[in-house]
Amino acid sequence: MNLKNTPLWEVFIRSKNGLSHVHAGSLHAVDADMALQNARDVYTRRAEGISLWVVPSNAIKASDPVDRGEFFEPTASKVYRHPTFYDIPDEVGHM
Amino acid sequence: MAADSALFSYSLRLADNANVLGHRMCEWSGKAPMLEEDMALSNLGLDLIGQARSLYSYAGEVEGAGRSEDDLAFMRDANSYSNVLLVEMPNGDFAVTMLRHFFFAAYYAPFFEELCKSKDETLAAVAAKAVREMAYHLRHSAEWVIRLGDGSDESAKRMQDAVNILWPYTGELFESDAIDQQLLAEGIAVDPESLREKWQATVADVFKRALLTAPEDAWMQSGGRTGEHTEHLGFMLAEMQFLQRSYPGAQW
Repeated sequence: MNLKNTPLWEVFIRSKNGLSHVHAGSLHAVDADMALQNARDVYTRRAEGISLWVVPSNAIKASDPVDRGEFFEPTASKVYRHPTFYDIPDEVGHM
Repeated sequence: MAADSALFSYSLRLADNANVLGHRMCEWSGKAPMLEEDMALSNLGLDLIGQARSLYSYAGEVEGAGRSEDDLAFMRDANSYSNVLLVEMPNGDFAVTMLRHFFFAAYYAPFFEELCKSKDETLAAVAAKAVREMAYHLRHSAEWVIRLGDGSDESAKRMQDAVNILWPYTGELFESDAIDQQLLAEGIAVDPESLREKWQATVADVFKRALLTAPEDAWMQSGGRTGEHTEHLGFMLAEMQFLQRSYPGAQW
């Protein structure tokens, strides 16, 4: 099948209520309706989900790997942003 | 006819339809036009084989002669198979496969809705599971019929060719005989004739969107339900049954 007629789509699955849709992979399909059906057939065969999103891959603006330094490295030295400096009473249990 | 005998034949016909079409769809494994559709076709096929297994097991139980689902699927020849001719038609191109599935699902989606009300608890339970599967089969096949019919010149031509090839095999879906009538009177079976209007409306709606023309109703092929098959079924069964015939009872 001609790939020009079957653009790429990104598939997101919500595995259960209360969780977010998580990226599962991608696929080719002629349009959004067929992409949704193909996503159902390719990615939810083993009861992986209760809700699907499909998004045209070319609608996603991705960060450039070249920018990784300025985007992400500065956070490595900012441990104080993690909420690990509090004493949590035992009664609270797992947070 | 004894009640059990009619129920056996009725369950067997349903099982044969599901089994033969399920096998046809699985013949696409690894050969579909694209990976996504390869998965989709196998999924559709496996839904049908799942239905066939339940129905064969039940038929064997009703018959009471100790035949298992495998015996019924693999140890009967073509002239004992009672599926409609539509489902044994060769896969042809993707247009033929999708249209064949659409014609089948447009009948069996409403069929199983009705069969859910059957007084036979097992058939009603099988129907309750199948009804959702068939609703998806109808959706998926209809979307492809629309996209190919209203697609390129080539896809439109192939889809219209498929219509012309398969149309004469649609009449058999609505046939009924003494077995159907007896079980209908007992509240077990579905009246095929009662589904005709719905089927026609579904097909008309999809054909309109697909820019396809239905041929005038003329001669309709018939005979599958009583074991008179096209030459295609024998070849299909030869491949499907080879293992169990050569190595009876083989398991893995």
